[in-house]
Amino acid sequence: MQAYRKFEPLVVVDKTRQTYNVSRRVFVDPEVLAAEQEEIFERCWLYLGHESELPKMGDFVTRRVAGRQIIFSRDAQGKLNALLNACPHRGAMVCRERQGNAKSFQCFYHGWIFALDGACRDIPGADSYPEGFKDKPEARLQSVARFESYRGFAFLCFDPDAVSLETYLGGAKEYIDLVADHSEVGMTIVGGTQEYSIKANWKLLCENSFDGYHAATNHATYLDYLKDRADNLVPIALNGIARDLGNGHAVAEYRAPWGRPVAQWIPAWGEEGKQDLEAIYQRLVERFGVERADRIARTNRNLLIFPNLVINDIMAITVRSFYPVAPDHMLINAWALAPVDENAHRRHDRLTNFLEFLGPGGFATPDDIEALEQCQRGYANNKETCWNNLSKGMAKEVPSYDDEAQMRAYWNEWNRRVVGA
Amino acid sequence: MTRVTRQEVEDFLFMEADLLDEWRLPEWLTLFTEDAHYYVPSTDVAHDAPPDNNLFYVADDRYRLEQRVKRLMKRTAHVEFPHSKTRHLVSNVRIRAESGDDLDVSTAFITYRTNHGTTNVYFGTGYYKLVVTSGGFKIREKRAVLASEGLRDQGRVSIIL
Repeated sequence: MQAYRKFEPLVVVDKTRQTYNVSRRVFVDPEVLAAEQEEIFERCWLYLGHESELPKMGDFVTRRVAGRQIIFSRDAQGKLNALLNACPHRGAMVCRERQGNAKSFQCFYHGWIFALDGACRDIPGADSYPEGFKDKPEARLQSVARFESYRGFAFLCFDPDAVSLETYLGGAKEYIDLVADHSEVGMTIVGGTQEYSIKANWKLLCENSFDGYHAATNHATYLDYLKDRADNLVPIALNGIARDLGNGHAVAEYRAPWGRPVAQWIPAWGEEGKQDLEAIYQRLVERFGVERADRIARTNRNLLIFPNLVINDIMAITVRSFYPVAPDHMLINAWALAPVDENAHRRHDRLTNFLEFLGPGGFATPDDIEALEQCQRGYANNKETCWNNLSKGMAKEVPSYDDEAQMRAYWNEWNRRVVGA
Repeated sequence: MTRVTRQEVEDFLFMEADLLDEWRLPEWLTLFTEDAHYYVPSTDVAHDAPPDNNLFYVADDRYRLEQRVKRLMKRTAHVEFPHSKTRHLVSNVRIRAESGDDLDVSTAFITYRTNHGTTNVYFGTGYYKLVVTSGGFKIREKRAVLASEGLRDQGRVSIIL
């Protein structure tokens, strides 16, 4: 373990008084952000992308992950790669397109050419270098230290000594499975990325993404919208639990009255929709039995993989990742995940469901963005009002989905890694 | 049939922009046909990508457009309460195609939004499908294609573009 920076207690737990407080310093202080970069982003497994984004050999996307410029590619052998997008020669980004299909990348500065697995193919003026130079490691595009996938979700890690991805995911694997098992053919990212930003600390979006407590007030207009048409809902009460999955991962798991494309029917989807969803449900029962089929089809999951991957399997599935660029500013990428074998009607209903709630043009997410930005503004008063209270439901043996146990699981891990407590 | 002039189309679009800037959204809604759509695609898909299998920022049918207006007029639409101040500028208006009563029109738009001391700029191309009716133009489809890289600067598209 390296020496931790010296911070005063930033997460203060008093079990007797049942209080769990997080210092608002963690949302504003550049020193804290620097410590997060070292202790979290340089050490944890981080989401890079979904394998379905690269269906063909030669496909690539470029993406920023924890400040790095990464090429996510499928090479000529069909293997996936995570490459650092910097020419070994003088450092220019060799791939400047956001996505595409290529046989090779050519650095436009001096013309070095690389295969999609990073191997150096050609160097102009090779005869001025020693014999065999282009086959040496220093002529390659460097790979990220660690790169592994779980059920289609590809992660990277900059720490060569990190535990395996599966060990890291631990208890969260059960929940990734519940999402990946929606389809026996496979899951795919739908075309189109929602790219936005929030002028707030990145950890506020971690909290918000599985916060069951804020819906009634923050999302009043979304709930009005659902209630405006009787056929948008089924008579099921919002009810469920929160679980600490270990390693900072946590989940809220609950029933809800909205339609789920896999597979909770609402009258708005009509008779044809009812038949489609019944068939999807029956197939789940055949594959997994009634209990697990019910769990997949009818419970919702707001899952946070520490530190910054959100997989919310709710009225649609969103996969969302985000990074700080400053203590009060984050960049967000959000995608829609769907079964490969979903028919056109169900895909349409899914994307409708998605856009009604989710994303920066939806009926709910913009109000989340507003709430997070107003929190960040409130932190201007930190000298006098210094603590966030995350105590809700502390005394309960089984915390409700709308308590704050899931946030406490997150903050415990954050505290362990950043403060060393 | 007399041909529609660009000036007539511009007058209509300028009036539409004023209704949005004055937050007269229920009135703005009456400019749309009963089968209307309003789209804001994500910016990493083609400008004419279909909304059925691509994730957009906004893909409203007439019903959801009504609901969007209803929401935006509430105090509980927190992101737009208090209402942001906006200015919708419409320029480079071109009639791209005409067939019977149907018109394809494109514009260049810039929309400024100010709220809580911050100003954001939305810019891009507006694609309209207009219908000539006895009561004037109606909008059958409005597609606001952002020319920015996503919403990195603006963070959200909580107003109507």
